[in-house]
Amino acid sequence: MKKSVFFGALAGAALAGGVASAATLDDVKARGKLNCGVTTGLVGFAAPDANGNWEGFDVSVCRAVAAAVLGDPSAVEFVPTTGKTRFTALASGEIDMLARNTTWTFSRDVDLKFEFVGVNYYDGQGFMVPKELGVTSAKDLDGATVCIQTGTTTELNLADFFRSNNISYEPVPIETNAEAQQQYLAGACDVYTTDASGLAATRATFEAPGDHVVLPEIVSKEPLGPLVRHGDNEWGDIVRWTLNALITAEELGVTSANVADMGAAAGNNPEVNRLLGTEGSLGEMLGLDADWAKKAIMAVGNYGEIFETNIGENTPIGLARGLNASYRDGGLIYSPPFR
Amino acid sequence: MPTDTSVAFVRTAEIPPSPPPPSETGLVKWIRENLFSSWGNSILTLVSLYAIYVILSATVPWIVNGIWTTSSLAECREILQGQVGACFSVLTERWNQLLYGFKYPVEEYWRPNLAFLLLFVAAAPVLFFDLPRKLLAFTALYPFIAYWLIWGGSIMIPIVALLGFVAGYFVFDRFGKQSFATGFFGAIVAAFVVWWIGGFIIPETEDTFLPAVPSRDLGGFMLNMMLGVTCVSLSLPLGIVLALGRQSKMPLIKGICVIFIEFIRGVPLITLLFVASVMLSYFFPPESTVDLFLRVVIMITMFSAAYIAEVIRGGLAALPKGQYEAADSLGLDYPQAMRLIILPQALKISIPGIVNVAVGLFKDTTLVSVISMFDLVGMIRGPILASTEWNGVYWELLGFAAFLFFIVCYGISQYSQWLERRLATDHR
Repeated sequence: MKKSVFFGALAGAALAGGVASAATLDDVKARGKLNCGVTTGLVGFAAPDANGNWEGFDVSVCRAVAAAVLGDPSAVEFVPTTGKTRFTALASGEIDMLARNTTWTFSRDVDLKFEFVGVNYYDGQGFMVPKELGVTSAKDLDGATVCIQTGTTTELNLADFFRSNNISYEPVPIETNAEAQQQYLAGACDVYTTDASGLAATRATFEAPGDHVVLPEIVSKEPLGPLVRHGDNEWGDIVRWTLNALITAEELGVTSANVADMGAAAGNNPEVNRLLGTEGSLGEMLGLDADWAKKAIMAVGNYGEIFETNIGENTPIGLARGLNASYRDGGLIYSPPFR
Repeated sequence: MPTDTSVAFVRTAEIPPSPPPPSETGLVKWIRENLFSSWGNSILTLVSLYAIYVILSATVPWIVNGIWTTSSLAECREILQGQVGACFSVLTERWNQLLYGFKYPVEEYWRPNLAFLLLFVAAAPVLFFDLPRKLLAFTALYPFIAYWLIWGGSIMIPIVALLGFVAGYFVFDRFGKQSFATGFFGAIVAAFVVWWIGGFIIPETEDTFLPAVPSRDLGGFMLNMMLGVTCVSLSLPLGIVLALGRQSKMPLIKGICVIFIEFIRGVPLITLLFVASVMLSYFFPPESTVDLFLRVVIMITMFSAAYIAEVIRGGLAALPKGQYEAADSLGLDYPQAMRLIILPQALKISIPGIVNVAVGLFKDTTLVSVISMFDLVGMIRGPILASTEWNGVYWELLGFAAFLFFIVCYGISQYSQWLERRLATDHR
């Protein structure tokens, strides 16, 4: 490896070091590190802190998979990707999985040949308005000026929404989220529209967040989830069921605080036992240790804990669970059974 | 005619010069002549003064009230209580990330710092040719020292690389006198042989004097400086070669140079960067790709070399034909004529253009942020603005970035003006 890097560095040509093998799990184990693609920075979802440690909602999924596979949540090489480089990084094998607030769409799943292993955040396009406008519903926005990022699906969704409700609007096209914040605060537009999680994160940075409200209407579906390449279903299963394990843990009341006790010996609840590996052989079927899920939960907590620490109501971002509540509380977060 | 002495008055001592009228001296004169010399200028002066007042009245309180010690933007706002004031705390908390990226190990910061200081030592004999020529030996060693300091790892890597160049030099020295081509290609072969053999003696151990830092962990302004310095110093010789190649009478060489220059100049830099970061990873197996930093250096170097080649071609074209003929009439062969007569003059003419390209290139290094390398701008746009503490701080961060870039670019510009004065041999 070192020699080939050296040669590549000097000669500008690489020595072929073997073709990428199909078994991602073996590659990850041999490397001792999980290469996980994340965003270059999105508030609450993925960003390095002052000491350079990555943290966030998407980052936790990477850490959970690393804990399940390698037993160490810090054995992750975070590869920052932009919206433009993310899919090639995954397709070329530079990263093993992508957890980068990526919307699950038909063409990405089918045409780009990726496998979305689930949904870890149900997002959707929303509207933010200053409170003093006195607007309580997006349907009251007749004739409003709307700040909108150009070239995104939000632009199309916006046109659809206003047309189907037969009301008029005036778009103010802008390039980036940062520009949008400035324009909106300067009063260049009455309404700012983008993904609801982005609106909440943007509002949290305002000097007076209480002066602005996010309207209840959500006008599009943006299911965000981790994804892997086509062609290695065993690896896809591992990522899928690690995410499901986090969700199931919340359903069963397994938390990072009590998982050590509950996983120490078989208890009364057979599903908890199967999840934590004290009963059955689910881990073995995945090619992992019996306590893989226990390690993942111990590292990052269950789905609810991840949500609350990174983007929940006690954080500056302050997102409510909403659609992302467990199905038992009326949300959409639901895991197939561990059986 | 009787002499009438009573009316004669001849002053015996000179009158001391009286002071000029107050309106023609000192500050008043300067103000009158420079600021209020006409109605139009007076109006412009007043308008400018008002503009300066408006700008300063907005920025001075912002800077003076600046807060340096909090740990988040929210705390800044709490302290300011709605007053105008900057939140410079982001700089005091994240300065290391802005300068070195967020992954370079903190205890190793002395390494890039030392490399940065040595850069001045290495660059001095190149930039200021009054210094003793022996210092150039250190300049030749500097790339290898800097590589070892910044990336760390086994010291054998830079040593083997250096040996390859030394071997190439000796082969060229031995055979280049008889035939340039033999010497040139022989030197390349010799260097590769040394590198290939050297590849086997590089130890694989991780336990080295300077811990290895992978390229992915480099970032911040350090990355901009590294890219800028490497690419400028590589693209200048490459640009000269391309410019001469384009002037060549050999159709093959001329054709290659023309196609290369026109192709590179016809493609935006950002496209080349995407090719470097995205497309090339399709062609190499995942474990043995060329280092991303190196790919980016190659692309930026090619890009600026094409521009520098055209600037130098302008310099070559500006030389009177007599200079070429004079060189021929002295019986100089092509390399001698170029080295002694043509290039010194052509390069001197090209200095402003080359500096222009160099300054532009240095600022273009911020484009690497779009291929998710965390240079200074990438750090600001990505990790720092995406942290929950500092989301919403724009002026302070981007102002800091502008300040750093201004220092470097202004320095380059001042040096080039000194160089032009120093090289001026005409008697204008």
